[in-house]
Amino acid sequence: MTRTTYAKALAEAFRVALAEDERVFMAGEDIGIYGGAFGVTDGLLDEFGPKRILDTPISEEVIAGLAVGAAIVGQRPIVEMQFSDFIVNAMDPIVNQAAKLHFMYGGQVSVPMIIRGPGGGGTGAAAQHSQSLEAWFAHVPGLKVVTPATAQDVHDLLLASLLDPDPVVFLEHKLLYKVEEDVEFRSSIADTPAQLGQALVRREGGDCSIVAYSIMVPRALEAAEVLAEEGIDVEVVDLRTLRPMDTTTIRSSVKKTGRLVTAQEAPVPVSIGAEVAACVAGSDALDYLLAPIQRVGSLDVPMPYAKTLETATIPQTGDIVDAARRVMKD
Amino acid sequence: MWTIRAFEQGLEELFQRGLLHGTMHLSIGQEAVATGVCGALAEGDLITSTHRGHGHCLAHGADPERMMAELLAKESGYCKGRGGSMHIADVSRGNLGANGIVAGSMTIAAGAALAQQQQGSDAVVVCFFGDGAANEGAFHEALNLAGIWDLPVIYVCENNQYGMSMATARAAAGNDIAGRGAAYGLPGTKVNGNDILAVREATLEAAARARAGEGASLIEAVTYRYRGHSKSDRNLYRTREEITEWRDERDPIDAFTRYCTEHEVLSEQEITAASQRGKDTIKEAVAGAMTGAEPDPTELAGAAYAANPGMEGAA
Repeated sequence: MTRTTYAKALAEAFRVALAEDERVFMAGEDIGIYGGAFGVTDGLLDEFGPKRILDTPISEEVIAGLAVGAAIVGQRPIVEMQFSDFIVNAMDPIVNQAAKLHFMYGGQVSVPMIIRGPGGGGTGAAAQHSQSLEAWFAHVPGLKVVTPATAQDVHDLLLASLLDPDPVVFLEHKLLYKVEEDVEFRSSIADTPAQLGQALVRREGGDCSIVAYSIMVPRALEAAEVLAEEGIDVEVVDLRTLRPMDTTTIRSSVKKTGRLVTAQEAPVPVSIGAEVAACVAGSDALDYLLAPIQRVGSLDVPMPYAKTLETATIPQTGDIVDAARRVMKD
Repeated sequence: MWTIRAFEQGLEELFQRGLLHGTMHLSIGQEAVATGVCGALAEGDLITSTHRGHGHCLAHGADPERMMAELLAKESGYCKGRGGSMHIADVSRGNLGANGIVAGSMTIAAGAALAQQQQGSDAVVVCFFGDGAANEGAFHEALNLAGIWDLPVIYVCENNQYGMSMATARAAAGNDIAGRGAAYGLPGTKVNGNDILAVREATLEAAARARAGEGASLIEAVTYRYRGHSKSDRNLYRTREEITEWRDERDPIDAFTRYCTEHEVLSEQEITAASQRGKDTIKEAVAGAMTGAEPDPTELAGAAYAANPGMEGAA
């Protein structure tokens, strides 16, 4: 075990992959000399050289497109969107190309690429540098979407994404980068125990299920502590990957507790929380529900700048606590 | 060229008989670009293609029967009936696929070329694109990247004068797509796209440059599309005289046969035989493709993924 941060655990996964598999390369804006806007790729250029760590122009469409082109001829690109908001400039290569080529060419190619970047608010960066766009990608057949919540998971899920033959949208949360944990580094890509499509019960409980992902996982765990003092025994499910979604784990948790709160940083309408709710409502888990489902998410506005406004917009631990109290009342 | 033309004419006939389900974009009149470029490539070289890509696919060695099967929506088609006209790929022969998005393949070609560099291959990648694509952002991002990284890629613009209904002269500021190469430090060459030998010459030069590690090139091949953009086109944006003039006076196949006769490369009989061979090939391809089975809808589940843990969807 090594005491390290989410950012460094991610960098260590890159190191493992770059050292082991010569097909792996990284490309993105300022990832080389600068070390990445959040320092995630710091030192990799010195260690692996400019053929493996490629500084690109500010050209998101070609960054994503080059990953598609390289992947279909045998490379394993990991490309960075400096802020996940900028991915909007790269929607064609991701949605029309990466997601579709395997299917529309009748299985002649696969597209093993990772497109990754930081999402989420809380840094005062306002509307165009703070979004949580995961539901957009989870909606597209052909893509896989990964949202790690812990330092161990960001390390393990990056390696699991490299083992996967399909295009992965890998969304980190910028507030998690500095969070420290004890992490077990894997020495080889295949050593990762993580698998895409497997959720994890982070805390067992009998009264209420909180299904969360990314930064809402630590907040849900904090909420569980608060609720425990009130005698409410909360189970926290970390989705880890949004597509494929581990519906089995969600349903068994709800069958056990009879109550469901979903927690996400993204705005509530038409979102992952809706999909989680639907997976319960459309199955025999519905019969176990003792109260209406509560969804926690951001206010339905673009991210504001002022700290007070930003904090009011993004769901905090207290909002999850309140939602859990509401489902317990029924 | 004869085979491509016969293929496209065969499709027109199938469409008129009500046997084609989806849309299609014919390249009649543009055959010299596909043939001139692909004929100048070496084994192992790669291409990416466009929504008007039947010619590129055939010129790069595809089996006409499997192409026809794809268009006729058969399981035996290149894409198992999932792709259709705009999405035929033939990866085993180095055709990385046609693309329904204008300029969609331009960044993909850059990535495939980067991979050739990384893998130490001396293969080059040809990216066919249309005049319309030259006004997409992807064109600029891809050419810029190819320029700064000296990628072994040849960007071949088939300037057929119209992006659907919009004339190139009205759509492209400066009306000089080849000239845009200079902005990215690439040689930009404008050639007569109806002259197969000129196209071939320009491609050989660009390929040699790419193989020597000197980087990317841009070729603008000036040609003309005789047919409408797609099945629904009423040709409101050009005159019948204009079409007739290109067809009667600048046809690429006529120009090549004239050249062959004048320089005694081929005899009249050999030319007639080549033309007939193209027609026969397509006739057989249609007949063969027609016998194929329909694709099975039960195979769609999970088909979007190379690896599918079977957990997609919620309900």
